Formats: sequence, C-alpha cells, structure tokens
Amino acid sequence: MGRYLKKGGPSVLLLTTAALALAGCTAASGNDRPAVAASAAAADEPYASTYERYPGAPTAIVGATIYDGAGGMIENGVVLFADGEVVGIGGADLAIPAGYTRVDGSGRFVTPGIIDIHSHLGDYPTPSVQAHSDGNEATDPTTPEVWAEHSVWPQDPGFSRALANGGITSLMVLPGSANLMGGRSVTLKNVPSRTVQGMKFPGAPYSMKMACGENPKRVYGGRGRMPSTRMGNFAVNRETWIAAQEYAAEEEPDRDLAMETLGGVLNGDILIQNHCYRADEMALVMSMADEFGYQVSAFHHAVESYKIADMLRDNEVCSAVWADWYGFKMEAYDAIPENAALIHNQGACVVIHSDDENGIQRLNQEAAKAQADGRRMGIEIADADVISWITLNAARAMGIADMTGSLEAGKMADVVLWNGDPLSIYSRPEMVWIDGAVMYDMNNPRMRPISDFELGQPGEGDVK
Amino acid sequence: MKRVFALAVSAAALTASPALAQNVAITGATVALGDGSEPIENATVVVQNGRVVAAGTGVAVPAGVTVLDGSGTWVTPGLFASITSLGLEDVGAVSESNDVDADDSPFSAALDVSPVINPMAQDFGYSRAGGVTRASVMPQAGASIFGGQGAIIDLGADFDAVRHPRAFQVVEFGERGARLAGGSRTSVHTLLRNALHEAGSYEQDAQSRSGSRDTGRPEFPGLDSRNPNNVDRQGDVLLTRFDAAALVPVVRGEQKLYVKVERASDILTALALREEFPALDMVLVGAAEGWMVAEPIAAAGVPVITAALRDLPVSFEQLAATQSNVGRLVDAGVRVAIGGYDSSGDHPRNLPQQAGNMVALNRVPGATGLTWGEALATITSVAAEVAGLGGRVGVLSAGAHGDLVVWDGDPLETSSAPVRVFVDGVEQPLTNHQTRLRDRYRTLDESERPRAYEW
Repeated sequence: MGRYLKKGGPSVLLLTTAALALAGCTAASGNDRPAVAASAAAADEPYASTYERYPGAPTAIVGATIYDGAGGMIENGVVLFADGEVVGIGGADLAIPAGYTRVDGSGRFVTPGIIDIHSHLGDYPTPSVQAHSDGNEATDPTTPEVWAEHSVWPQDPGFSRALANGGITSLMVLPGSANLMGGRSVTLKNVPSRTVQGMKFPGAPYSMKMACGENPKRVYGGRGRMPSTRMGNFAVNRETWIAAQEYAAEEEPDRDLAMETLGGVLNGDILIQNHCYRADEMALVMSMADEFGYQVSAFHHAVESYKIADMLRDNEVCSAVWADWYGFKMEAYDAIPENAALIHNQGACVVIHSDDENGIQRLNQEAAKAQADGRRMGIEIADADVISWITLNAARAMGIADMTGSLEAGKMADVVLWNGDPLSIYSRPEMVWIDGAVMYDMNNPRMRPISDFELGQPGEGDVK
Repeated sequence: MKRVFALAVSAAALTASPALAQNVAITGATVALGDGSEPIENATVVVQNGRVVAAGTGVAVPAGVTVLDGSGTWVTPGLFASITSLGLEDVGAVSESNDVDADDSPFSAALDVSPVINPMAQDFGYSRAGGVTRASVMPQAGASIFGGQGAIIDLGADFDAVRHPRAFQVVEFGERGARLAGGSRTSVHTLLRNALHEAGSYEQDAQSRSGSRDTGRPEFPGLDSRNPNNVDRQGDVLLTRFDAAALVPVVRGEQKLYVKVERASDILTALALREEFPALDMVLVGAAEGWMVAEPIAAAGVPVITAALRDLPVSFEQLAATQSNVGRLVDAGVRVAIGGYDSSGDHPRNLPQQAGNMVALNRVPGATGLTWGEALATITSVAAEVAGLGGRVGVLSAGAHGDLVVWDGDPLETSSAPVRVFVDGVEQPLTNHQTRLRDRYRTLDESERPRAYEW
C-alpha cells in the first residue's frame, strides 16, 4: 500500500522497470527447459517448507506478568515450554519440572510471539532499490497465479529488526495491492534462513491477496485498461470468479496456476486477505463473497471498519488495521484513531497490522495507542484483550490459530519476554523464542541475527 | 450538510486574526519545562498576555488569573514539529490538493511556501489535537536540487499561521539530489556551488548598480530577495533572477540552509562547503549515518533534524542507520531535533512516540538513547532552537510564547493524549474531521434515522 501513495511517485518507475526486467529475463532464458518434478510429494506440495525447529532447552520463565494471547492474564506467573511446545502456564504455584532452565521474569512481561498479518518483508526488502521491487506483478489486474514466496529475499535485513524490536515470530508476506487479485501470500516463521522454504510456516494455509478501491483502478486505468473505476474492479473480479467456478466444475481440467489458486479459495483451502479501506466497498465485497461462495478472512487496512463493525461481526470477518494512519490517500481520509476500539466494541475481530518495515517493529505500541484512544471515548478494553489483537486474532485470520498465537499447552513455543509492559512505550523485547529456541537475546550481542547483506557494511552488528 | 458543517466550524473556532490571549495558571500538575530537565511534580505554570510568566514549584499565582486545577495531568510546552507538510496538502496522494513539491515549475530556490499554507487543512486541526503548536513547513525539491523556502508556523485556529516566512532554504544533497541534478552527485556539487556563486555575483551586481550596500533594510541590505532588481548579469547563468535573488540570504548566512543528506561521507562534504561559503548557516536534515561523523558535526556546530527510529538500510546512503543515531549525536554534543516522517504512519502528532522510543532505547544494552528530559527537548526546545527560535518557543521559561499542552498522562507514553492546548495563551479547539466521525459512529443504531443526521 505504502508503495502506491506518492504523487506520481517512484511506484510508477518501479512498475515500469519491473516489467522491463521481467521481459529481459524471459528472453534470456527462453531456451531453458524447466526441471522435471522430482517426486509425487513435491507435486502435492510444491516449494514445501523445510523449516525445522532449532534446539532449545526446556525453559521456565518465572515471576513475569503473562498475557496469554487469548485474553487471559496471570501476575507473577510461570510459563513452561519444552521440545518446541508450550507445556503450560500458571501462577507462582505451578510446579517446575526437573531439568528446566529458569529465566527470571520478575518485573517483566510475557506474551506469545507477535504476529504480523500484513508484511512485505522480503518481497519489498531493504535496500529499497528498484532491483528489489518484487511485490506487485502489476502486468495484469488479476494474477492469482503468482506466489509471494517466489519473491521473498530471505536476506532482507528487515526480518531481524522485526524480531529484535518487535518480537515478531510469525508473519504473512503478501503480494502488493496493484492488482485486484494479487496472488498467494506466504506465512513465515521469522527465523533467519538461506532459503524461503526454510522460513515457511509448516502447515499454514495459503491466502490469496485481493484489493479493492483506488490502487487497481489507478494502476490499470492509468494504462487505458480495465479496471479504471470501482465498478470496473467488481466486474473484473466477478468475471474471474465465474471462470473459476467453471474450472472447478471440470472433471479433469488442465493445469492452470491461476485457477488452482481460485479453486482453492472456492473450496475453502485458501483464505482471502482483502485490502479494502472504505466501508461501502467492504460491504460490497462481502456480497460478492456470498455471490460466489467464499469467505473473506480479513479486510486489511480497513480504516472505515468502524462504520460497519456490526456487519463485519455478523459476517465473521476480521479487520486488520493500523492504529492511526490516516489521510495519506483519499480512501484513508475518514480513518480515525478509535477505529480498532469501535470494531472491538461491536464484538468484531480486530487485528493490528503493519504493512510497513518500520511499523512491524512496534505493533505493541500501535495496539496500545488504539486501546488508549478507545478508553478516551469510554471504551475500556483489557490489556490482555489488546494483546490478542497482535497475537491470537492475527493467527485466527491467517488460519494458524491451532498452532500458535496463544500460550496454550501443545502450541508452538513462540514466546516473547519483554523488559516491561509491552503496552508501554518504554518496553522492548528482552528474549524471543521461536518453537522453543532462543532466537534473540537483548543481553547477548551474538544472539542478534545479521543478514548476509549487512556483513562487512558500516554498522555491521550494531544495535539497530 | 458538509457546507453547513464548515460554516459552523469557522464561526465557532476560526477567526481571521488570533483571539485574545487568556491569563491562565495551571496548578498541581507534573510540569516538564522542555529544556532537557526532568519533570517537576506538583508544579504551576502561569501564562499572562500570551507569554509564559513562570513555571515550576513555589510559583505564586497573580491576581486576576484564571486557575485551572492540573492535578493528575502533565503540562509541557507545545510540541514543535520539524519539517512538516502542514497546510501544504489535504491528502498526499490526491495531487490536486498537494503543494509539497513543484515538479514542473520553472523556478527552484525562489519557491516560497508562506503564501500557500492553508490553516484550514484538516492536518492542522488533527496535529493541534495531538499537541503540536508550532512547526516548520518544508517544501520538497521537485524539479531541481532546491526545494525552495520553508516557513515557521503556529497551529492556532485562525488564518494567521505563518510566523516566520522564508525561514530556510532546502537543498537535496544525496541520492535524490543526484537524480534531480542530472544523474550524479557530481552534478549536485557543481550545481550547488554554481548557484551559490551566482547568488554572490548577483548580489555584487545589484549593489554596484544601486551604488550602495546599505539600503536601510537590515534583513537583506542591498536588495530584496523576493524582488530582483533589473541587474545585468555577467557571463553564463543557470538560475533565473528570482532564484538567484532568493539564494543571496543563504550565501550571506541570513537564511538557514536545510541540507537533506544521509551518508556519512556526504555529510562531511556538506560541512566542507563552508570553507568556500563561510557564512552558510547549515542544518542537516536526515543524517541517517550522522553518528559515524558525530564529532565533526559537533565541531562545526551544525544541528541535525532526523527521524528517530530509522534502523534499516533503506538505501545505499543509509547502510549504517540505527535507532542509536540520535543518542550518539546528542552525546557528541550535536543539537538534534526529532522530526521527519518516513512512512504514512509517521505523523507530527506521533512525535512523542518517536521521542519515547529514545527513552526505551536506554534500557537496551549496546544502544544509546536519551533521558526523558532530553527526549522531550528534541520535540520542543531543541527543535525550536534549530529553527532559530531558541528560548522563545518550546520551553516554559519567562517570556516564551504561551504554548502549553495539558496531557492526561506522561506525554511520551503510548496511552497519553492532550486534553487542552494553548497557543500564545489562547485555548484551542481540539475538534476536527476525525473527532466528528468518532462521535457520529459511537453507535451504529439507525432504527430512527440514518447516521447522517447525527452531527
């Protein structure tokens, strides 16, 4: 999104250059033949996750205030995890089994690993040079055939900042919003890896990114193509869904990457993450979902959700929102800082997201601001519920809530120990565990990952 | 409906000139002076005739002054937001409403934001409600390395916003400057040096023509930088008369030069310009790698305006970016104002969040942050000082402008917000488009009639 808001800005150049670069590549490799698929397993689950958890000691965090991610809070509590899984949480009387490493949590807070449902790390990595602009296949308004994971550069230094400053343990990397149907997203564990497969969250479902509103109609309308209007947006979407329904009805269809993704949406295997700002458009999208029989998992950027929070609740659609971004584009003009609190107050699902390599480092602060803006208008939301906006609710909308997002026994031991209340400006992650392995330790400089790109560069190994 | 609303607002809150200042004292509050000191509990602030009279403990409230009970609240100077686009745009991506840069203008250094700043823009009210009372407004370079001349404004709810027009000139010195200059930093250097020499020659020509250096105009002796004389200019020239005239006060050191620069080596090169043009009154804007050359910056006495939380190698000129940049610069003795907005989420009213993060950083081993008092100063007194208003703005000391913010808690904390805002002693309205929407959609009940009738 942020890539598209500058006045005649660099996005135009980026798109042009990306298209040229792509064309050049195709020409150069035109004689190459693709490798033959190696095995049936690879065909069933291509580009499968190769992530395996790193070694970790059985650990007891003792004496911390615990927000469990599901709305629970325990003061002076104990968190136990071993073999990559949460063993249990409880009060000071919870017995600590033999062989557990004790971590002093006094004066500190524990949350589940923070989850960002909307990131472009890896597909719009830093340095933000044109050669790295891999987030929008903006050559056709519908590209369900592209997969974000094929753009992710695992050496994006942003992953490490998200880990160390934001306590991010899982994130969804989405295609951009130039297209009505931007392609498949990928859910990652925030572990350094040589390959994107080594980051892929095992068992996470795919999502497909959709976008309504200004961006698709501007990008394609600007080229004299459909869609150039909001009604054009809907027409192109509906024609595409009709084609997908026809494909799904075929007995033995030819392989078609676009239709495979759309078919996955129609049969419920692939979730829909829909960039959409305005309330009236969200209502129309929900009707479109009814027309074709799919479910929107979350509206992203949803700055006007507060106007239709009742409908979002009744349709069981989450709103993934910023705390207070507003006004930078026309469809963000009615964004208000009380949005999250008003959505929550109607009983609808709130997720705080970043869409930004800086914001992903501070989702806790954004959630805290949104909570406070609600309190000032008389909506009291408990701290523990606010933490769920950046943990369990995000996991639900990404389809991974049975595996992570809360400190429930048996779930992945994705855990953040904060050096103070995570809803305070003055707190930072002190330690971060992913599947029970320490991946960041504020007090140990060696436990701070450095991407290949930053080796030998000014500031290598610096506290960023 | 919309039209009626606009009229109602202008009648209630906006007048052509500022309202009369109130004489007011706030007692029993936690008061932060903005000068770098730590907050003072149970203190009093007195403002009379638009100016601060006293702030601290043991302050007597003069007779005839309205007393507000400040217990449970915090009081700070109004925030000074550095390098904003306030009043230059309604919606950034709606190009018709955006006057931040002038991509196709035939002019460069002569461009001047002061006549076009619109205090009715929603961003004014929204920022005011966030505690921002004064700001610098910076044009962005569009067609040349020069962005033109920025202004200092106040955010009072009136049309009289521009306090200091043409307060500074803007030049792009890094990667963006190189693109604007024709593709290379080499061209930035040549263009900038040529322009400053042309301005110098222009001034000499103007003076020799008028026969006197002293025209009785103390700010710009010899000529008015906005009204070029009919000067015959010698040799090849790249600048229009207007642009050359606009750069005269820069060369003379009478107008600050805001140099947008990130890379450490570029910063040193910028500082070295002063060997050739000794009077330049420079401010570094950006300076992501400033910490690497903190000592030379400090030795030059050149201040820095930077966003606080830049920690990614966004470009090859920011490879060494770190959140410790501000703290390390301050420790080296550089005056640093926090300002600047790298993403759509960075907004003038979120400056306390940037500053608060600097305090958090002090608890991260190996990182360098700021004390609470230092952090507040980067968005109040030091920011004002960098803008040339030291001691008069951004600080609660006798004689300073009566700009106050009363907060419902620690102003740097995520949970806090202003409850009252004063500019020059005048209490300001805190309503805006956003608060009106909030109030309309407090409930979604339409059983009687649509929400459109709720206003």
